[in-house]
Amino acid sequence: MSSTERPTRRGVFITIGAILNAAATLAIGIPVLRYLFSPKIRERRPGYDSWVPLGPVSSFPIGETRFATFRNPVVAPSDGETAKVACWVRNIDGRQFQIFAINCAHLGCPVRWFPQSNLFMCPCHGGAYYADGSRASGPPERGLFEYRYKVEGDALFLEAGEMPTPGGALATLSVRRSSCA
Amino acid sequence: MRLIERVGRWFDARVQLANTAKGVLSHPVPRQTASWFYVFGSAALIVFALQVVTGILLALIYVPSAGEAWSSLQTLNQNVSAGWFIRALHGWGSNFMVAIVLIHMVQVFLFGAYKYPRELTWIAGVLLLLLTLGMAFTGQVLRFDQDAYWGLGIGASISSRVPFIGHAVVDLLLGGPIIAGATLSRFFAFHVFVVPGLLIAFVALHLLLVIKVGINEWPMPGRIVRRETYVAKYHELLKRDGIPYFPAAIWEDVIFAGVVLLSIAACAVVLGPFGPGGQPDPTIIQTAPKPDFFFWWLYTVLSYLPPAAETPFLLIAPAVGIAFLIALPFFAGEGEKSWKRRPIAVLVVLLVAVGWGALTSLGAHTPWSPVMDAWSGEPVPAKYLEGRTALERHGALVLQLKQCRNCHALGETGGKRGPPLDEVAVRLTQDQLIRQVVQGGGNMPAYGKNLSPAETTALVAFLETLHPAGQAPAWNASQRATLP
Repeated sequence: MSSTERPTRRGVFITIGAILNAAATLAIGIPVLRYLFSPKIRERRPGYDSWVPLGPVSSFPIGETRFATFRNPVVAPSDGETAKVACWVRNIDGRQFQIFAINCAHLGCPVRWFPQSNLFMCPCHGGAYYADGSRASGPPERGLFEYRYKVEGDALFLEAGEMPTPGGALATLSVRRSSCA
Repeated sequence: MRLIERVGRWFDARVQLANTAKGVLSHPVPRQTASWFYVFGSAALIVFALQVVTGILLALIYVPSAGEAWSSLQTLNQNVSAGWFIRALHGWGSNFMVAIVLIHMVQVFLFGAYKYPRELTWIAGVLLLLLTLGMAFTGQVLRFDQDAYWGLGIGASISSRVPFIGHAVVDLLLGGPIIAGATLSRFFAFHVFVVPGLLIAFVALHLLLVIKVGINEWPMPGRIVRRETYVAKYHELLKRDGIPYFPAAIWEDVIFAGVVLLSIAACAVVLGPFGPGGQPDPTIIQTAPKPDFFFWWLYTVLSYLPPAAETPFLLIAPAVGIAFLIALPFFAGEGEKSWKRRPIAVLVVLLVAVGWGALTSLGAHTPWSPVMDAWSGEPVPAKYLEGRTALERHGALVLQLKQCRNCHALGETGGKRGPPLDEVAVRLTQDQLIRQVVQGGGNMPAYGKNLSPAETTALVAFLETLHPAGQAPAWNASQRATLP
């Protein structure tokens, strides 16, 4: 069949059919993609992070590092106990705080605070951190992740919402550090 | 009996598959392939079928919700008749399947079966291995306990290291900002729909290719594969020395399948189901997460690699490994098939096996993990305290109280992260001990800020007593010369 030939009836219908199916693919495909990428699209507006209360400042004695938990600001009904998040709160001098993520900066295992030796230790691969969260030894390439915090009245707040990971938002956050070892 | 035959004929007059099925079942295979070396493929298929059946049975009870998954597993274990057995079958079936698929792969590799014209069969097999490992990992997540929860955290931490898109990958992997309900739901969808669907598709392709291209003949040293002549020679072999798969060559497969299924059932009865371990509550941090057996080697690699090498290794090594496996039949598609004439192939298998075994056995002991309760749970052996001065005994107390034992063993107990201290005085002089304790180094934190001068003095005094009876502690010759 040469290109100068008149299009046949059958050919026209096949073209119309193809156009209809292409339109259907777009009409269905775009929402499907939006659905699949919703965890990412959701983040841009309004974002995952928000200020969460951790309780009165008085529950974190000066000079000590205490375990604290909060409910993640973004939760679904089926989350159950996984909606809970743990963190370590260090009260430096009553005005300045450090709030560390529970997740080791290496691979996210839960670090534990040992007040006797002033170290955080990770049970997985043996990462260790000093009291100010800086790296002491082991496989982590950096110190513990720190949350932003604020004190309003007598209440301590932290800005949370997302699991801290080496590539995440908290990893690039530069929070004021004390000069401790 | 006659009725069944008539019904059968009635159906076949319509679907017309009986002749095809007969042809497929009795297709000719080389006589020597009726061998115990050729049973692993069919065994993997049988175990996969067991996994499908037990998986569906578990799905009758299991609740894929972060709030209820763990308790639904408890229900399966405790309150459903034979629920524990079905869970155990599924768990042990998973271990057997990974093992059999790996053995199948080694056999196929050593017998040169990936060579022309079976390249696509091999590639489908490589994808089946990856899908099987994918099932093992996603299945471990569905056992939604502490290990699963923190295992997801490790998965997210690894994914987040992908350059540029790492953050987005984590969001998509977790289905949200944290490990929670959406995470479990999507791993459920992967484990139950997506990966099994792909597995079935690739198993079908794999089997189709085995039928169409024919099963690999027994490799003979000196029988060289060449693209120009192989197919004709293979058909000649079938004509000269072929036997019908059914009934002549199938009996080894049938017997082995039975043995494998019985072994899985025996493991299930004797050793029981896997967990679930502790509740997946992120605020319960008294846990030492550990992956399942087949990922222990990776756990070891992640703790021994230098920190700077980790990210490149995690992101590049798997891609290189998979690319190598897929490319294998294209750069080694001809030539000798017999392992007797392929020393490098044999060495590669041995090297991988020994490496994997060593990493796995290290993963069983996790010497790199601090023993988090050793400082309070493991006493200083009495022989190290007898006849010591008050200062030295105080040093022993400092050693315990500052959690040194979490990483250092004394009398075989305690952590293995650092070297044992039983003979430390032979290795380090007093000055070196003080410097090591105060400044740290060599993977040890610095304790300078956490020890008072008195505590350091006491600790070092105790450490200096730790040497074998007949062996003098290390000493600094120049110091003795100048300070008599």
